[in-house]
Amino acid sequence: MSYETVIGLEVHVELKTNSKIFCGCSTEFGAPPNTHTCPVCLGHPGVLPVLNQQAVDFAMKAAMAINCDIAEVTKFDRKNYFYPDNPKAYQISQFDQPIGENGWIDIEVNGEKKRIGITRLHLEEDAGKLTHVEGQGHSLVDYNRVGTPLVEIVSEPDIRTPEEAYAYLEKLKAIMQYTEVSDCKMEEGSLRCDANISIRPSGQKEFGTKTELKNLNSFAHVQKGLEFEEKRQEEELENGGEILQETRRWDDSAKETILMRVKEGSDDYRYFPDPDLVNLYIDEDWKKRIKETIPELPDARMERYVEEHELPAYDAAVLTQQKAMSDFFERGLDAGAPAKPLSNWLMGEVNGYMNQEGKEIEDLPITPEALASMIHMIDKGTISSKIAKTVFKELVENGGDPEKIVEDKGLVQISDEGEIRGMVNEALDNNPQSVEDYQNGKGKAIGFLVGQVMKASKGKANPQLVNELLKEELDKR
Amino acid sequence: MERISKENIRHVAELARLELKEEEIAHFGEQLDKIILAAEELNELNTDNVEATSHVVDVRNVMRRDEVKESLSREDALKNAPDEDEGQVRVPSVLD
Repeated sequence: MSYETVIGLEVHVELKTNSKIFCGCSTEFGAPPNTHTCPVCLGHPGVLPVLNQQAVDFAMKAAMAINCDIAEVTKFDRKNYFYPDNPKAYQISQFDQPIGENGWIDIEVNGEKKRIGITRLHLEEDAGKLTHVEGQGHSLVDYNRVGTPLVEIVSEPDIRTPEEAYAYLEKLKAIMQYTEVSDCKMEEGSLRCDANISIRPSGQKEFGTKTELKNLNSFAHVQKGLEFEEKRQEEELENGGEILQETRRWDDSAKETILMRVKEGSDDYRYFPDPDLVNLYIDEDWKKRIKETIPELPDARMERYVEEHELPAYDAAVLTQQKAMSDFFERGLDAGAPAKPLSNWLMGEVNGYMNQEGKEIEDLPITPEALASMIHMIDKGTISSKIAKTVFKELVENGGDPEKIVEDKGLVQISDEGEIRGMVNEALDNNPQSVEDYQNGKGKAIGFLVGQVMKASKGKANPQLVNELLKEELDKR
Repeated sequence: MERISKENIRHVAELARLELKEEEIAHFGEQLDKIILAAEELNELNTDNVEATSHVVDVRNVMRRDEVKESLSREDALKNAPDEDEGQVRVPSVLD
């Protein structure tokens, strides 16, 4: 039997406010454990949470950027659960009146565009961080993260393949980065994802029973976990078994999903309105004020790169995926670099270096202005593209001004005809066999001779001129 | 009349991670019955045309500016912790 997969994703995005959502404790990442807490976030009796306006503004901005309708009236509810990461035994969240609803984002997989619906975006507080101590029979809790503002973004069950899930996450992350409401660093937990997946016989309308996947630490893990779960569910059904509604976690070393627990029902959370927090009324002025802060988003930038700068769609998509990369590209353009060569350097050498070193573009000492100036020097013929690789290496490792690097290291391209002609004749004199080969019609010999001249010039000779003069001198012999 | 079954009590106790003995289930069952009975008195009111509300006072949009205030010292923060280890709260093993 053939099956159709149905996937829905829940993404948590930490908002980068300075202070927590309901108290003035710092949200700084990486502080010593339990140094950013107070009676409010620790849930001491008798304290009153007061909402951080910046968190609401960020949540509205995020909701608008993914095309949600903004609620006129929104409120906070208590989600009750008993677990040590949560000192109040409830999480302040939003139940039936979220800030945003009915949004969408567009994704593209294998050249095909698809719109994925967003059910809702709501604001809530984060929980503390639990560390399980292996074999010690206890866990440790750090409450610094308790009360950090989060938005939870729930997709419609519109996603049909693990690949689409990956594309959705990349796009959502890009949008959140562009709006600058979050750092979106999965490794620091500021962006987290849970996935719901079910399968159903092709053609069937009703959804199958879904399982929830947790512990997905990267987008690649999301895709792998979903691929595994897709197969597991299919095998289960094919063997006459049934899918149970349960929570499973992805174990990346075992490459499989493992049962965590049979899921608690939504009723078990006993949601009720938080009596400590009053309703929020969002009027048109407020919405307008936030709307004005939304910058150009990745899709719009992508389009502009194709239309205004005549970049291939592929380049435009790669460059706009990360805001930092796209911003770098923009600054390079502003500094006068032509779009396509700039794009080639970014997608080729710069990306290669980032992958190799595991670094982000903002961590590299090279500036967009320096890269633009280096490209300009190639264009003018001041340096050869071969020398440019040497200059680039210096720039990407230590930064600096390419003109100065070229000058200091004596890398200026040799375009003096007389000087190159001398080197050419020297190479011919030293390699009579190659000259003979050439004269016997072995065209390949010229490549070797070019190499000899380039070597003699330490890579600085203008390769075009070397080619030309070599042919001239060979023909004379 | 029993409004809350023994099963309900066990379920609620489980959510609160409480272990109850048989006689405690009966004991709390009685108490919870009374609480629900008291709450049911509200059913006497006709609320057909009354919009649901979560607050009795009409106060809206209470917010503060995004400013960092001083937090508790770690020593103070951990004073209520039943057990601690290297600045963290130590709790019985959980794996989630």
